[in-house]
Amino acid sequence: MSFIKKPNITHPDLPRNAIGLTLRDYEGSMSTLCAGCGHDSVSSAIMQAYFELSVEPHRVAKVSGIGCSSKTPTYFLGGAHGFNSVHGRMPSIATGANAANRELQYIGVSGDGDSLSIGLGQFSHAIRRNVNMLYMLENNGVYGLTKGQFSASADKGSKAKKGDANAYSPIDPALLAISLGCTFVGRSFSGDKEHLVPLIKSAISHSGFSLLDIISPCVTFNDHEGSTKSYAHTREHMRETVYADFVGQHEEIVTRSKPGEYRQVTMHDGSRVGLRRVDENYDPTDRISAISYIEKYRAEGAVVTGLLYVEESSEDMHTILGSTDQALCNVPYDKLNPGAEALKRIQSRWR
Amino acid sequence: MSANHRVNDFVIKLANVNGTGSASSNGLLMKSIFRMGIPVVGKNFFPSNIQGLPTWYEIRVTKDGYTCRTGTTDFMVAMNAETYANDLAELRPGGYLLYDSTWPRNEMLERDDVTVLGIPLSGMCNEAFDSARAKVLMKNVAYVGALVALLDIEMEVVETLLQETFSTKPHLMDANMQAIKMGYDYATKNFNCPLDLRLERMDKTDGYVMVDGNTTAGLGSVYAGATVVSWYPITPSTSLIDAYSIFCKQLRVEEDTDGNMVNNYCVIQAEDELAAIGMVLGANWNGARAFTSTSGPGISLMSEFLGLAYYAEIPAVIFDVQRVGPSTGMPTRTQQCDITAAAYASHGDTRHVLLFPADPTECFEMSLNAFDLAERLQTPVIVLSDLDIGMNDWMIPEIQWDGSYQPDRGKVYDAEALRDMDKFYRYLDIDGDAIPWRTLPGVDARGAYFVRGSGHNQYGGYTEKSDEYKQVLDRLRRKSDTAATLVPAPVVEHGADVAANKAWAVLSIGSCHGAIVEARDRLAAEQISFDYMRLKAFPFDQSVKQFINSYDRVFVIEQNRDAQLRQLLVNELEINPAMLVPLLSYDGMPVGSDFIVDAVKNELQLQGAAKAG
Repeated sequence: MSFIKKPNITHPDLPRNAIGLTLRDYEGSMSTLCAGCGHDSVSSAIMQAYFELSVEPHRVAKVSGIGCSSKTPTYFLGGAHGFNSVHGRMPSIATGANAANRELQYIGVSGDGDSLSIGLGQFSHAIRRNVNMLYMLENNGVYGLTKGQFSASADKGSKAKKGDANAYSPIDPALLAISLGCTFVGRSFSGDKEHLVPLIKSAISHSGFSLLDIISPCVTFNDHEGSTKSYAHTREHMRETVYADFVGQHEEIVTRSKPGEYRQVTMHDGSRVGLRRVDENYDPTDRISAISYIEKYRAEGAVVTGLLYVEESSEDMHTILGSTDQALCNVPYDKLNPGAEALKRIQSRWR
Repeated sequence: MSANHRVNDFVIKLANVNGTGSASSNGLLMKSIFRMGIPVVGKNFFPSNIQGLPTWYEIRVTKDGYTCRTGTTDFMVAMNAETYANDLAELRPGGYLLYDSTWPRNEMLERDDVTVLGIPLSGMCNEAFDSARAKVLMKNVAYVGALVALLDIEMEVVETLLQETFSTKPHLMDANMQAIKMGYDYATKNFNCPLDLRLERMDKTDGYVMVDGNTTAGLGSVYAGATVVSWYPITPSTSLIDAYSIFCKQLRVEEDTDGNMVNNYCVIQAEDELAAIGMVLGANWNGARAFTSTSGPGISLMSEFLGLAYYAEIPAVIFDVQRVGPSTGMPTRTQQCDITAAAYASHGDTRHVLLFPADPTECFEMSLNAFDLAERLQTPVIVLSDLDIGMNDWMIPEIQWDGSYQPDRGKVYDAEALRDMDKFYRYLDIDGDAIPWRTLPGVDARGAYFVRGSGHNQYGGYTEKSDEYKQVLDRLRRKSDTAATLVPAPVVEHGADVAANKAWAVLSIGSCHGAIVEARDRLAAEQISFDYMRLKAFPFDQSVKQFINSYDRVFVIEQNRDAQLRQLLVNELEINPAMLVPLLSYDGMPVGSDFIVDAVKNELQLQGAAKAG
């Protein structure tokens, strides 16, 4: 971890976003993770994304489980409330919080240990309910805080720091999510901020559950030779499919690569995501072909990244349940209390 | 008048096969008696099964308005061949047994001291009805018809009830009435109707209703303003959520500005109890009133999150409708066996607020109490109901609503308060009552803080410093003392001759109450009178200790093997265990007055013998 605390003074020339805030306003407290940890890069990408989207920090709610990644919500968006819950159960906190107040934006941060073992059930069911949230799975293949045991995402044959090879098949959260009906699935790499930031912005703008599986190497326990989740291995084996080019509601599309390889998806809030196909064989709106593509390259040892799947017309939990548009926590009691007459009426049936 | 002459004071038990539609017939019978102005108690003893296993419904007709079982059966309707032998054996001498005489009865099963009434119910129904389903269902309706004649139930009352039930299905009304008449005519023709065991109209049910505690708890939660529910199906708590959902569908749906019907509530069936409590915490963190309902196994699963809620100070309401444990136990039988598990749920030093409703009235009232206390104290509140209260039919005074209730949302800084603040610190004891102030997400960046189950200091920051950690933990202990002053106070009922009996008294909780009330009357008739304290909540206030210390001995009556309430009293109030005599009923059946009368007398005899010896 770094021990140098940044001064609280902001340089007057720092760029400001549409609501007059600087990037500094999206910072949190100082990270206590290892120097060079992939998670810190992800945190900084998250700050950048919310800054660029001009979201008021206090309109975001941050939730997490237990583990290194779950500590990170304190390191960004200090103006947002946060909830560091119990192991693997961030999805239920997010679901309940969202049920109570659908007006806030939710970001859940979890890791492979938190999401894919004890948390696998809650992860799956939050996807099924299509809770409107961004779920960041910071994936490094190991349990860091308990000193380097394999997690459920560790590849078969990947070597531990002390040399043992992992004997079990990995769970691929992105594949799992697509198969469960997740309506927005992306994968990226903590060392690739250029791709990560627009992907996060796109995921935030999606109405429904967005999963981002971020390969985020553990510099202390899983960055050695023989590991398939190291910086070097990930860089070498990344295979970009579709680059998500986030375009705000009112912005003009400026970058346009070769015609025919570019298409747009309009998000719930009216913003658009431009999808630039890096591999022209990949269609991120076709679930079956997405799954077989990812499976095919996974078998070859490649890490398929990019915007892997998106469903444009997505009904979130509240739409499915038929909730009022107003945050339930703000509905006044007068409206919730049926009153004396109703109580009499109900009880007349109990005679 | 024969010795057997009993008017408005006897027990009818109906032995049926699960899944044959007997519940509606038995309900019709019970309600008919209630509508004749005669107090009744309806208890359902059902199996963990969908179809085929034996099930019983017991109707106690009680002119004195008692709410418990007596432990005897005066009239048995034996519709289940499988349990016939036991059902016959259970009858008191002089009792009656009605059975389906379509098939011959095993002659080995005879009793000289009971009157056996055979009616060819199946035979009659097979002839009268075409569909296989009707043939089965109408048997049950036909025995109700026979009981109308035998017990002198008013036919107009039965007819009115059927009309109300089948107002939209007139063809069913006709079939049901036909079956009633068939049973009625057979009984009138073949037996001396009415029997000496019979009913007479009274006026003791005006202003009363028949309802179960899960229904009133669900309704109470609607009136408390709860908007978010997350739950996982488990007997015997499921009907609480069903009730909440049904009432919300009736009362909490409105048309929005676009003309869509929208819900001012949200019910989520969770993947398990771990998630159910998590969602409740998430919603409460955001400022909604949210709750879950479960039973023992669910409390075990929720324990980790309950520890977090205690330590991070998040309101939550949990209804625990207790059933027989340990493990799966007997899921459709009743006990008060989660007291210890609930009081100290989770690892580490925890202490939760518990409420002990005694009947459906208190299930309603304590729903309101629970949400108010949870938000006032910023902590989980567990309402310890049980299967007997939650799923059986109780006669209670109609619930009143005076409209003055306003939810106590506790100490929450709003946007205005935060605007004037330099900095907000989450866990400071500003008011000296050990309850800190909280803020809600989405209101103002100045109110932002991080909820964590890890070590934190009074400012809300992460800590591993011993003194900072202890400061928060010690305040939580003091908060528990504050809780003791805010929870519903115990109720004391004095014996007729208080001054005479300082030797012993009775202390109890929850669904033991009905049985204790009747036992006190029965014992008073034998010149045994005593004081009785009923606890309504935990943590205990000092009046509990004072009460116990006023007597040589206090009999603690509860429904579990290990005297969990007694343990809690010893542990929390530092009472000499020898002063607390456990009287325990834990066979899974609702405790009856006979058990308490016997247990008290037995204990007095033992003590007398000890003194004499």
